[in-house]
Amino acid sequence: MRIVVDRDKCTGLGMCEAEAPDLFEVQDDGTLKVLNDSPGAADREAAESAVMACPTEALSLVED
Amino acid sequence: MSERFVVVGGSLAGLRAVQAARKVGFTGPLTLVGGEEHLPYDRPPLSKEYLRAGEEGAADTTFRTEQELRGELDVELRMGTWATGLDPAAQVIGLSDGGELDYSAVVIATGARPRTLPDTEDLAGVHTLRTLDDAIAIRAAMDAGARTVVVGAGFIGSEVASSARKRGLPVTVLEALPVPLVRSVGEQMGRACAALHLAHGTDLRCGVKVTGLTAGDGRVTGVCLDDGTTVPADLVVVGTGVLPNTEWLAGSGIALHERDRGILSDATLATGLPGVYAAGDVTHFPNPLFDGLLMRLEHWTNAAEQGMLAARNALNPGEAKPSTAVPYFWSDWYDSRIQFVGIPQADEIRVISEELGEDKFLALYRRGERLTGCISIDRPAQIMKFRRMIMQSKSWAEALEFAGV
Repeated sequence: MRIVVDRDKCTGLGMCEAEAPDLFEVQDDGTLKVLNDSPGAADREAAESAVMACPTEALSLVED
Repeated sequence: MSERFVVVGGSLAGLRAVQAARKVGFTGPLTLVGGEEHLPYDRPPLSKEYLRAGEEGAADTTFRTEQELRGELDVELRMGTWATGLDPAAQVIGLSDGGELDYSAVVIATGARPRTLPDTEDLAGVHTLRTLDDAIAIRAAMDAGARTVVVGAGFIGSEVASSARKRGLPVTVLEALPVPLVRSVGEQMGRACAALHLAHGTDLRCGVKVTGLTAGDGRVTGVCLDDGTTVPADLVVVGTGVLPNTEWLAGSGIALHERDRGILSDATLATGLPGVYAAGDVTHFPNPLFDGLLMRLEHWTNAAEQGMLAARNALNPGEAKPSTAVPYFWSDWYDSRIQFVGIPQADEIRVISEELGEDKFLALYRRGERLTGCISIDRPAQIMKFRRMIMQSKSWAEALEFAGV
């Protein structure tokens, strides 16, 4: 599983960080840093919650 | 008995409710009732990107296609249909087309509608902004170069003003309070917000009351104020708060708040009527994270989270979970982003940025000995850190230490 960020859609609102702080972190300039773009099974639920919570639908999960 | 799950309200909370119902494995008949003709669409862009000038036209903000909703989620769509009544004994919902839906579980997500100025319904050029149709009309007026007057310096009104100024239109914002947003975020933050308007050439007038409108040929021409002046206007956008849409529930026995007639649900979003839950702007709920403080939130994230939760709880009431999220909203003014997490009711508000001598606004809210709120302008990294601290019930002392004061 890989996390893909659509940089045109992401505006750094940070809901992904709220749902999955181990995977995402908004930077000072408002850009999103993906801390781990290939999370293991243990983080799947958090990753899915982050995708669902994004107000701009900028996140998706791609199966490897 | 019917197995049908009915979601009343075709916006974000309603959409998340039907999505969640399928995700938890509900396979029975699922109906989404929406008063607007449009499929569920995203509202925050309507006062922002949607109002931008551009030859290519505004981007579509529809969440999911009809194929995705009908085909993949197997949702019966009743768009352009209002619910007109709910009979909890018969477990039936009445519809504006004369039809009825029996149900075993319901999520009410009928949201709220903007307050309007009295006696302006038939006047062209006067709008509120809630729906896509509102945004289309406002956009058209801005395309025509409207002198824009916004009534109410709250978040919606200020976003409209920002969008109009980006197009170079002359904009006046009229606010009854002496400082914008003073009741919701405090005086110093209100002043910081006012400064954004002034820095971008918006004529912000505080402490003024609108006494009426002038019109010619059925179109608005100006806004009259209690100081005797009239502000010329081709477009008037009214952003003075909302009213929950609960009139259709009259006679159902559902409990409503005496102040605004919003639904009163418990922490699990149950309304007290069997099988009936509520989500989003329409409902008050006691938030366990803030000692059961009753709140009704008009935020995107709240609608999304409660839509999902209400559906899960309605379908599995034996394991119902409370709504405990930290409230979060954002608002884009000019080139700045305002973000708020937590609750504004506070024993103390400390303006951290002032204490540190920093330009970008940051304030923390204390209730008792806890950090309960944080507001910032253009600090996107920090705000989510404070949100986490609020969620973890961190102490005021820890928050101040983290903030560096």
